[in-house]
Amino acid sequence: MSDSAPAQLTIARMGTLRLRHTPLVRVTHWIATACFLALLVSGTEIVISHPRFYWGEAGNVMTPPLFSLPIPASRSRVNTGYGFVLADQNGWSRSLHFQTAWLLLFTGVLYTAAGFLNRHFRDNLLPALADLRPQAFGNVVAQHLKFRRPAESGSYNVLQRVTYLVVLFLLFPLMVWTGLAMSPAITSAWPAIVTVLGGHQSARTLHFFVTIALVLFVLVHLAMVIRAGFKDRTRAMITGRVMLGGI
Amino acid sequence: MSKLSRRKLLTAGLAAAGVPGLGVAARLVNRYGLIPPDHGGLYGPGQTLTYASQRLLTGNALAREFSPRDISTPCVNGTPPKSEDFQRLQAGGFAEWRIQLDGMVSRPGPYLLSEIKKFPARSQITHLACEEGWSFIAEWTGLPLAHLLEAAGTLPQAKYVVYFTMDPDDPSWLESIDMNEALHPQTLLTYGMNGAELPVPHGGPVRLRVPRQLGYKSTKWLTRLTVTDTLKGFGVGRNAEDGFQWYAGI
Repeated sequence: MSDSAPAQLTIARMGTLRLRHTPLVRVTHWIATACFLALLVSGTEIVISHPRFYWGEAGNVMTPPLFSLPIPASRSRVNTGYGFVLADQNGWSRSLHFQTAWLLLFTGVLYTAAGFLNRHFRDNLLPALADLRPQAFGNVVAQHLKFRRPAESGSYNVLQRVTYLVVLFLLFPLMVWTGLAMSPAITSAWPAIVTVLGGHQSARTLHFFVTIALVLFVLVHLAMVIRAGFKDRTRAMITGRVMLGGI
Repeated sequence: MSKLSRRKLLTAGLAAAGVPGLGVAARLVNRYGLIPPDHGGLYGPGQTLTYASQRLLTGNALAREFSPRDISTPCVNGTPPKSEDFQRLQAGGFAEWRIQLDGMVSRPGPYLLSEIKKFPARSQITHLACEEGWSFIAEWTGLPLAHLLEAAGTLPQAKYVVYFTMDPDDPSWLESIDMNEALHPQTLLTYGMNGAELPVPHGGPVRLRVPRQLGYKSTKWLTRLTVTDTLKGFGVGRNAEDGFQWYAGI
């Protein structure tokens, strides 16, 4: 009794407590966060064993690269110009990378299936046609460019909706596709998944480009969370609840 | 009591369906050989999922083969053996190079390189991808391992082929593949590359090429093949011990 009275007072003063994120969205969000970090660290470790990228089917130190990363390598074969070789951590990195990819795939399938079934995508992520009109879209972009502090509206704006849909239905599937296209076993059964990309090395280069796109997304996402109120936004993604209409 | 009964019934029903379900799944998985030898430990679930799904999904599909104009500049990895034995064999044009075949075969024994070359050869232009990320395409010529195993009479309980090398860095180096990979038509005891003898830096005189898996399963300077129903006593090999995937179809 004595505990709940002040709590209710606080709520009354600040506004109404509302469910912002469903338990499934919250759980899959944090699993995906952990998976992304594990994939990024292990993927970086794999890349530094050969920080050169190629286009087409084949490429190695005897052939010209499409581009090289200006970093030292963890294997001596690549002449990076640094005169030293980093610690080789490829073994566990690869095992972590593939196991995490499985976990993220299962998480993604669960989230996507639920998102269609409970209308999460239709209600919360599909932008309204009116919002996609150049003027309406431009207004939201302008708001962002003016660095206005975003307020809790209980819903996503059109930029968020488009971005989340691109990440979920373009970048994530591209990551799985380009990853599988590097598997000599998978491409034996389905050669088209690598030939349409231009070859094995093209798939590896695209896998890297999509990584860059996802890292940029996470950086902007984090910046926006901080801008909108790190504690409130993070609490909402943990407890599921936000204050609406508070002082 | 009546409130709880439905939940109890549901739980009991799920358990009743689940336990035999798991049993059936385990039997199926064992029967089709879907558990890799590195299924234990922290990354065991990932290795098992990859191995089982790729074995089920890819079957006996052939690795991609290319046309002669796709052959690319090769890249050499590692240094050839420097031992006196190897030098002596090399000086003799590898005429005395033997591959010991033993284990679960009816007719074990050493095979001279010249005997291996008497079998009908297969040539294929395939991609070799290193786990580091680089790759090249070459034409590989050799004897399909399946033909040698057939000639030697592999026993039906065989599950793996363990293979050994004269690798200078580690004399205890070994690798292994399952029978699906060993009997695959593209798994070659390779002695020719791009129309010539297989160069020593590329594993000459004989290298086991496993084109559906990453390069580290394609062991160079091959000396011995052991057919077995268990990897006990051999281990999974240094690569898998160092955290790499025993099954490298990725």
